[in-house]
Amino acid sequence: MIDIAAGVNEQFANLSNYLVYSAMAVYTLAFLAHIAEWTFGSRSKVARSSAALPAGSGTSAPAVKVTKRGGGTAVLERPKVVTRGGDDRGIEDGKGAAGGDEQGELYGRIAISLTVLAFALHFGAVVFRGLSVDRAPWGNMYEFSVTLGLVAVAAYLVLLALGRSVRWIGLFLVTAVLLDLGLAVSVLYTSSDQLVPALHSYWLWIHVSCAIICGAIFHLGAVATILYLFRDRYEVALAAGRANGRFASVWARLPAAATLDKFAYRINAAVFPLWTFTIMAGSIWAESAWGRYWGWDPTETWSFITWVAYACYLHARATAGWKGRKAAYLALIGFACFLFNYYGVNVFIVGKHSYAGV
Amino acid sequence: MSTTDTDAPDSGASDAAARALSTAPVEEAEPESGSGDGPAGGPRLGVLGWARWFWRQLTSMRVALILLFLLSLAAIPGSIIPQTSTNPVKVSDFLKSHSVLGPVYTKLGLFHVYSSVWFSAIYILLFVSLAGCILPRSWQFIGQLRGNPPRAPRKLDRMPAYATWVTDAAPDDVLTAARGTLRRRRYRVAPGEGSLAAEKGYLREAGNLVFHIALFGLLIAFAWGTLWKSDGTKLVVPGPAGGFTNNQTQYDDLSHGALFNPDDMAHFGLTLDDFHAAYQTSGPTKGTPTTFYADVTYFGADNKDHKTRIRVNDPLNIEGNKIYLTSHGYAMNVTVKDGKGNVAYSGPVPFLPEDGNLTSQGVIKVPDAVDSKGKPEQLGFAGLFTPTTTIDPVMGPQSTFPALKNPTLFLTAYYGDLGMDAGLPQNVYVLDTASKNLHQFTVGGQPLKMPMVVGDTLKLPNGAGSITLDGVSQWADFEIVHQPGIDLALGSALAMLVGLAASLFIQRRRIWVRALPGADGRTVVELAGLGRTESPKAAEELARLVDVVHAQAPSVPEEPASPSTTAPEDSSDKEHA
Repeated sequence: MIDIAAGVNEQFANLSNYLVYSAMAVYTLAFLAHIAEWTFGSRSKVARSSAALPAGSGTSAPAVKVTKRGGGTAVLERPKVVTRGGDDRGIEDGKGAAGGDEQGELYGRIAISLTVLAFALHFGAVVFRGLSVDRAPWGNMYEFSVTLGLVAVAAYLVLLALGRSVRWIGLFLVTAVLLDLGLAVSVLYTSSDQLVPALHSYWLWIHVSCAIICGAIFHLGAVATILYLFRDRYEVALAAGRANGRFASVWARLPAAATLDKFAYRINAAVFPLWTFTIMAGSIWAESAWGRYWGWDPTETWSFITWVAYACYLHARATAGWKGRKAAYLALIGFACFLFNYYGVNVFIVGKHSYAGV
Repeated sequence: MSTTDTDAPDSGASDAAARALSTAPVEEAEPESGSGDGPAGGPRLGVLGWARWFWRQLTSMRVALILLFLLSLAAIPGSIIPQTSTNPVKVSDFLKSHSVLGPVYTKLGLFHVYSSVWFSAIYILLFVSLAGCILPRSWQFIGQLRGNPPRAPRKLDRMPAYATWVTDAAPDDVLTAARGTLRRRRYRVAPGEGSLAAEKGYLREAGNLVFHIALFGLLIAFAWGTLWKSDGTKLVVPGPAGGFTNNQTQYDDLSHGALFNPDDMAHFGLTLDDFHAAYQTSGPTKGTPTTFYADVTYFGADNKDHKTRIRVNDPLNIEGNKIYLTSHGYAMNVTVKDGKGNVAYSGPVPFLPEDGNLTSQGVIKVPDAVDSKGKPEQLGFAGLFTPTTTIDPVMGPQSTFPALKNPTLFLTAYYGDLGMDAGLPQNVYVLDTASKNLHQFTVGGQPLKMPMVVGDTLKLPNGAGSITLDGVSQWADFEIVHQPGIDLALGSALAMLVGLAASLFIQRRRIWVRALPGADGRTVVELAGLGRTESPKAAEELARLVDVVHAQAPSVPEEPASPSTTAPEDSSDKEHA
């Protein structure tokens, strides 16, 4: 067989590696900018007087409002829709990392710009990795990790572009992506190569890419859940009048616990059907590759455990007596199962999914 | 299970209206202990009472959640401890090396977790609990579909989204306008006394029920597949002689479910025409296969020959059976002549690969041979085959690449009794060289050993015969699986997916409109919306409805006359404005 047809375009493979390192360097700069954002934010007034949160409730009952305009003619505004919150404590979202501090805000914007730049480099790395071998760039753990980080950042940037207030997640996301990439290049690195015949299937595109998207988005959900737990504790402490812990100024700048909880729920609920589909696609592939659609292979087992854990979370969150912190812990258990399935099972337990080296 | 909506506001009026809006299962409030109807209440409980209590517990959300959590916990050991079903060799290794833990694990069924009593108990209880929850809910949902949306609660201003104003338009005109709009937005609308009740998003509950019912379909498919499954392997050497027909005796090894019946096996067979493999020639994964496939001729129920190619990921489907290509190796095409010069054996003999570079071992057994005097004497050969041969000074001959670049067969030969006539099943890949009745051919006191390339002939001492290596071909190992219920499993899984998406992405919401003449003769219009708190949609939708209705029934520019507008305007209004 001719080397070039079957083999690896070394130039592209090397370019991909350089791009990964460049992306990591820029993410690191973004990380530092976020740190600056939070640090400057902590000296802002908002952060220092964190206990002075408005306890405004959405409950009010205005009827028709009549405003006089020029000429004294009464102009009618349409009646207001009054909303009553469900469970939230009526606490408003924090002011964000910069906390209203101008310099902090500037650094925050720099951090986002750097994240966009790093994302572009990161994207190039994944594309060239794929081009170097003419296949989907997620054939081994290294490629999976790199692509997963890319998708996580992409999801964040898409939410930002849609105008959602997700800037609070920036620092934590960039940190997680740096860890993910660091682990990928140091421990999981595998040089660009072709795959064993069992992986020559279009299901590689479907099943694995779905798994990557699920992983990346569960990731965002887990970050939001962890922040929810901190913020929730902070709000409870605030209500008890003792919110003066070391990080109180950090928690004060986060969105309200109810907002974080809702964000995490929406993320997890949106991705749960995709995770179900990932397992199904895997089953269909397993049926055509291994002769059975379900065989309790360790990876299958852990994807099932992950699925059940998230199912527990979705049920618990809608159940009185379980919603709130208990449900949040279940979500974190679900994410821990996902992580174990990826790192633990692939590295420590040998199953049928362990190909192409670590 | 109670279906009280936990997401609804906690007022009595809205509770009634919100009943059964949420699709989310709900924890039933614990009955007060000591009230006499619980087990804690005393010995009054008869058998029926206990059964009822147990049933209520089992179908409660709390127990269902615990069972679900237990199920995921119980699945863990099976991924860590070797399982008989996936890796019996590892299980016996584990038993050998753990003299204390091994028997304990065996007792606990930890080597077959997924068919163990305790694992089964958890999922059976879970499914019983699920059935106890889903059946009543299905009836309830059918009732809701046949009935009307619940009438407007008395205090609409307690609802999560609310708007009101006073207008000069007649109450009926207001209701007609609202009704038309709601209908256009595909709400189910039911008129009441001076009010309207509208509801939308029934597919959420439908999806939820479909999802849970499909779980049963999946369970049935799984059970069906497990009980009637057959799964066997067959090593096939090229040529008509090595062909396979689907018959229990033809398999190298066959495992099957409890209700499998060999008489029901489908009629088909195949022969291997040719096998192709290509390998990575450079790089860090040099030697790993890049592609392999088998060209086969098969017949099915029609008994006609068809040609096809079986690849990894692309099994052959005959008569509801799937034939997978699982592994491959080399077969030695040899001709063995006995002491009289007769051909005692001729054909391919499969050798089993021992490493990634296909260093292979095998034996050739020739039971029907005679020595030079015509006396029956069985011949046996043990061989090592290396497709790309390198002689390592320490390890001896080794293969450094899996393709046939420099193939050599290293043979040593035996004579005597192969022990095949004892009637006991024998491993065809092993010679019993420890047997007293089997002797190794020697030359000058040294065991006879010879490296052979294709075309070489090894003459045995004392005129005992000869063996010729005619060529090297490749065998393929096939896995033949018959698993019923796959279509049901796939159908159930798809239904689950659709149901899940519907139950998570569709919002169920209610809107009420009330228009009644107020004290001053003007019409007081009230609109309220109820949805799940996760979504701000209910309020947005209500706002759009308010826009439409308000355009047709404009508010009266006077001081508020509505009874619910006594609250002073606060700062939050200005923010909204």
